[in-house]
Amino acid sequence: MLCMFCKQNPAKVHLTQIVGDKIQKVDLCEECAKQKGVNDPAGFSLADLLLGLGASQEMAQSTGGEDIKCPNCGFTQADFKKAGRLGCSQCYVTFADGLEGLLKSMHKGTKHIGKAPLAMRQTRDLSERLKQLQKKLDKAVTSEDFETAANLRDEIKVTKDQLEHPAPAKT
Amino acid sequence: MTIHEFLSPPAESARRTGPHDRIVMSSRVRLARNLRSTAFPGWAKKAERVRALETIRPAVESLPQLVGAFSESMDNLGLLDKQILVERHLISREHAAKNAGSGLVLNKEESLCVMINEEDHLRMQALRPGLQLKQAWIAIDQVDTELERRLDYAFSPELGYLTACPTNLGTGIRVSAMLHLPGLVLAEQINQIIQSVNKLGLAVRGLYGEGTEALGNVFQVSNQMTLGEVEMDIVERLNKVLLQIIEHEENARAMLLEKKPKIVFNFIGRAYGILANAHSITSKETMNQLSLMRLGIDLGEFPTANRALIDELFVITQPAHLQKRYTEKLAAEERDVLRADMLRERLRTVSRPNPKVPGQGGGALDKRN
Repeated sequence: MLCMFCKQNPAKVHLTQIVGDKIQKVDLCEECAKQKGVNDPAGFSLADLLLGLGASQEMAQSTGGEDIKCPNCGFTQADFKKAGRLGCSQCYVTFADGLEGLLKSMHKGTKHIGKAPLAMRQTRDLSERLKQLQKKLDKAVTSEDFETAANLRDEIKVTKDQLEHPAPAKT
Repeated sequence: MTIHEFLSPPAESARRTGPHDRIVMSSRVRLARNLRSTAFPGWAKKAERVRALETIRPAVESLPQLVGAFSESMDNLGLLDKQILVERHLISREHAAKNAGSGLVLNKEESLCVMINEEDHLRMQALRPGLQLKQAWIAIDQVDTELERRLDYAFSPELGYLTACPTNLGTGIRVSAMLHLPGLVLAEQINQIIQSVNKLGLAVRGLYGEGTEALGNVFQVSNQMTLGEVEMDIVERLNKVLLQIIEHEENARAMLLEKKPKIVFNFIGRAYGILANAHSITSKETMNQLSLMRLGIDLGEFPTANRALIDELFVITQPAHLQKRYTEKLAAEERDVLRADMLRERLRTVSRPNPKVPGQGGGALDKRN
């Protein structure tokens, strides 16, 4: 069996990690194992290691093998394969297709539901509210309750205004 | 003020107490944050890193929680000082390797520590003695909320906080605790525990040492997944698991005392014998023997000693701390001698272990089972 990274030397280090019901396996030669810090448990996580591999392969597939470059920072997939880290926050947009499967295998979900900066939290709440109002409006229109529909339309307008012109965050 | 003058003496920090500190040595919550559109530290050119540091450092220094904090650029810290910070678990080994363009802000109580331009632009952590994950999360959440008004974070409504490594994406949270588990190790149950904790999506690793060894029976348990879950759920899940590990550790200790007291007393007695009498000892052996003495204290074998003494020795016998006491550069063998001198001196007032054998005189052999 050849090393998954260099594909030259025979693999001598075999790692398996089970997270939840997902099994991840890596086979490395001694050289690459050392280089990837497999011997240092404090600095090592299998997910990090797999990242360099799986992600770059997936990225390569999603782009038909063409090397994309981040317009913001000039980072390429080849760099990702080497470092296992991205170049800048914009890279998440640039490499979005390739990253999706990776995130799925690595995390509980693929959508963030935790804390958000205040301004974002407001936007998130307003968009949610807008969706609810739109639903109500559709219902009112269907049931020909035009008075309610008119009120809802006004409310939607106000909410949309707030979304487009958010109150400046406190400093 | 130098970092050395700023840090509390280990004797003082070892006296900090918290819930379950018999087994949980400390709790930590770390958040990873980055600036929008600025290249992550690992990819940025030096000039860009320096600029990011110049933006971030004043913002961090101006936080009400960090008034009077120690703040320094990493290139102004000596190798030895950085190593000391690593031995105190205040910065990562990776951060210790950084120079110009990276920084550190640390408060007086050593309960808040912000690494600037480590792998991410910001790695901020709250630390607490004992099991206090929730308190640590609340503290770091407040720091983060204050900071978000001062800095333009890289955030996507879909993916959350954007991090250099996709393993930290979303919440950017790493919740962890440092556990002392000699009972589970002696009872040979530790691998079982590690496996079942792994299955819950949590990582367990030895805190000291290389490879699979866990020097001093100290383990770190932490979450691995950061996306698709709310912070508080991650904190509570880890807390629940930790409470179970604590219970297993206590059970393992009770079981060992009941079924194999001689084995336990033998380990503890020998640990005391070596630490109090050696004339040369490596830091690795020191850590393992100190762990057993710490267990002995928990079991009431050393009425004249307390846990704080052992926890202090855990810190000050490590290489950089030892080196700091001497001006000339010490070779490893010289350190081993000086370490042994220090241990003999500090343990002089600690009397021999006095095991309490349950139910019977001290002569019985361990039951076989």
